[in-house]
Amino acid sequence: MNAAVRFENVRKRYGPLEVLRGIDLALRAGRVTAVLGPNGAGKTTLLKILLGLVRPDGGQVYLGARAVGTGASYRRDITYMPQLPHFPSNLSARELVSMLSDLRDFDGQPDTELFERFGLADQMDTPFRSLSGGTRQKVNAALAFRFPAPVRVLDEPTAGLDPVAARIFKARILRERGGGRTVILTSHDLGQVEALADDVVFLLEGRVHYAGPQAGLLEATGEDDLEGAVASLAGEETWVTC
Amino acid sequence: MGDMLKVLRYELRSVVRGRTVLGLGLFFALAATGLVQLAGSVARALPSLANLVLLAVPLVSLVFGTVAVYEGRDFTELVVSHPVGRRPFFAGTWLGRTLPLATAFVVGVSVPLALAGVPDGSVRPLLLLLAIGVLLVGVFTALAFLVAFYVRDAARGLGAALLLWLAMTVLYDGAILMAVGVFAQYPLEEPLLWAMFFNPVDLARVTVLLSLDASAMLGYTGAVFHRFFGSGLGIVAAAVSLAVWVVVPLVLAGRRFERMDL
Amino acid sequence: MIGTLTAVLTVAAVQVGAAQANVVPGGPQGAIARAVAAARPHDTVRVGPGVYAEPTVVIDRPLVLVGLPGAILDGRGERGLVRIESDSVTVRGFTFRDTGVSFTEDRAAVHVEKAGFCHVAGNHFDDTFFGVYLAGASDCTIRDNTFQAVADRETRAGNGIHLWYSVRVTIEDNVIRGHRDGIYFEFVEDSRVSDNVSERNLRYGLHFMFSDGCTYVGNRFVENGAGVAVMYTERVVMERNTFERNRGTAAFGLLLKDITDSRIEGNHFVGNSVALHAEGVRRIEVTRNRFHDNGWAIQVMANAEEADFVGNDFAGNSFDVSTNSRRTATTFTSNYWDRYRGYDLDRDGVGDVPFHPVRLFSLVVQRNPPAMVLMRSFLVTLLDLAEQLFPVLTPENLVDPSPAMTSRVAP
Repeated sequence: MNAAVRFENVRKRYGPLEVLRGIDLALRAGRVTAVLGPNGAGKTTLLKILLGLVRPDGGQVYLGARAVGTGASYRRDITYMPQLPHFPSNLSARELVSMLSDLRDFDGQPDTELFERFGLADQMDTPFRSLSGGTRQKVNAALAFRFPAPVRVLDEPTAGLDPVAARIFKARILRERGGGRTVILTSHDLGQVEALADDVVFLLEGRVHYAGPQAGLLEATGEDDLEGAVASLAGEETWVTC
Repeated sequence: MGDMLKVLRYELRSVVRGRTVLGLGLFFALAATGLVQLAGSVARALPSLANLVLLAVPLVSLVFGTVAVYEGRDFTELVVSHPVGRRPFFAGTWLGRTLPLATAFVVGVSVPLALAGVPDGSVRPLLLLLAIGVLLVGVFTALAFLVAFYVRDAARGLGAALLLWLAMTVLYDGAILMAVGVFAQYPLEEPLLWAMFFNPVDLARVTVLLSLDASAMLGYTGAVFHRFFGSGLGIVAAAVSLAVWVVVPLVLAGRRFERMDL
Repeated sequence: MIGTLTAVLTVAAVQVGAAQANVVPGGPQGAIARAVAAARPHDTVRVGPGVYAEPTVVIDRPLVLVGLPGAILDGRGERGLVRIESDSVTVRGFTFRDTGVSFTEDRAAVHVEKAGFCHVAGNHFDDTFFGVYLAGASDCTIRDNTFQAVADRETRAGNGIHLWYSVRVTIEDNVIRGHRDGIYFEFVEDSRVSDNVSERNLRYGLHFMFSDGCTYVGNRFVENGAGVAVMYTERVVMERNTFERNRGTAAFGLLLKDITDSRIEGNHFVGNSVALHAEGVRRIEVTRNRFHDNGWAIQVMANAEEADFVGNDFAGNSFDVSTNSRRTATTFTSNYWDRYRGYDLDRDGVGDVPFHPVRLFSLVVQRNPPAMVLMRSFLVTLLDLAEQLFPVLTPENLVDPSPAMTSRVAP
């Protein structure tokens, strides 16, 4: 079994709303997996359960062989790029980085490639409240790769990045796969997913409708491209591309 | 422990930069100065100072505490997505909010009093008042966290906190006063004393009575009052119970935080 | 006039004609009694240091009985020690101890029976039942004695200084502790009690009834079980006394019951459960006293007539004034109240709005004493404030029309 991340019968309900109705998934190591689905399908919830931010009502999540429970140390093996970065507004990026290094007990050599390629060097000492949304998103993206970890979780990673930065970032994701790491991402940009993802998970109304290689999805739906495949899974009327 | 101290350190840094606490310290200082000037001396200002402690400290702590939770949500999500346990994060955050507020209160109140000159006879009641204030800060930041963890919406959470304050400072006592009228022909002494333990503001107030109104309290005929107010028993019981009032909401809030979705 | 003349003659006799006899311990029993029996009027009998456990010494002639330092009269728990049955007797310098408790007689260390011009001074009373007991005495002086009893129950304790049917007695500079009542008067007239300390007595520091025309000046009554109670008396003057920390159920700094034509001036009432309780009083003036940090400063019952409180100083009391009726004939004028929140626009030192010293909460507590636990509650503050603005339940004519803006009582 070389699943890097495994979900077993994971259920979650917000009040009357059943967001996840028994998710079983095995995400393979060394691959990029894209989690797809319409708004409210439970993509972010699924990722947050993996990160321990949301508590499932039932089921179990494994990271490698370890059950993801109430402990926190397993998160040393995950880095997370949230959808909307909310950084403490009176901290600078440098202070944030040093704080996170401290919280992760990280004293090795950080991976600063993205900081450099995004040209963040001269904004490291500006408090976040004075940074533009795009710059904040760049910091957010660069942070996700700063610390070594076998699993990267990226929630809508390229939304809010300018095209140049998005290109740099995508290249980086692909390189990550080459290094044997597992990347889990959500995205509305199906073109992007097409280019990045090895595997695709399709969530609809709290259930997994497809999980497997991207090619397999096209085959199963008989469509030529991902957009068509997704549309046919979801039914035209509920699927809105952004 | 290590993680808690780290979180505490970052909380403290952010609280200090936020200046709110500095403002609250100034508020306490101004209030204390005003009360002393109005009363003419520190000794005469003690009763009004007690009112400040019993009213303003719970209110300020509740608002400050709930706002801290709502404002800190993103920070919480950020930190907890890293290998930091929820329990140390919770403890660090609560301490990181409570300690600066308690410090602002103690420093804010005692500096103007020290400048005005505290007579020997007022030192003990003043220290008691400061200690009660610190405990109340702890009680009400803990309650604030508890409220904010249960009510996701910030406006409603703040409303709930204000309601809690109103209930504990006025409504609870109003209910007691009515009960006293209705059940006047029953022996009320012991139930009333017990009732004090279920409201931290009353508990704090009773502790103040022990130092400011002992003469009157001992003038009452009841044996239970006499045992309570006439010996060290009262002050010890009240202090321990106030500490319990810090711990219980804190444990409840901690358990809620452990289980909630961020 | 005759009394004064006699006193002068007594002094002269001692100085001029007195012979001296000395008594030393270790002789046969009754040595002091024999020395007294052998003495001529106005002789001086000096008793040397040592412990004398002798039958009660009865002094039946004018005499000066002096204990030299270390002279101890010991009752061995069985008897009174000295009994004065003659005018012009002085007893001084002794230590009297251990009379024991009697339930059948008012056993006293020094008993004065129907005698005038006695003088009891500079003695120590150590665990005596009654200390000095005067019955039918006149023109006596009791000065500079200390009384220390160690009884734990009222029934096992007598009074320190006890006067019954006596006139013109002076009691000054004594210290009395641990008795039932420190000083007790019944049917005493025209006497003066000054500069004594009466503290930690089981019942009253001072207790008198039917004792008209007496004056009490500069005494301290501290931590007595029930404070001071005075009853059924006219023409009392109390000045510059201190009533302090008399705490407990029915403990009064000063309880006045049926007191008429009296004056209470310049006293300090500090830290008592009830500083001044007045019922059935008529024509009393309470002026320039200081009432600080008491539970109740004034409890005045509606049956008080012409009780006037003028220029007193009220601060730090849990309740300033309480009464049992909305109708009252008590007046308050020009007092300083620390609760007063009025203003003084013309700056004449007198508040421009009257002050109602009776709090609504004090009525609540009167009806339901356990409600006291709500004291200082925000709710109670609100109720009091509302009642101040629109008096409905509190006595509307119990009001200080001219409250002082600052304290006028010297500390």
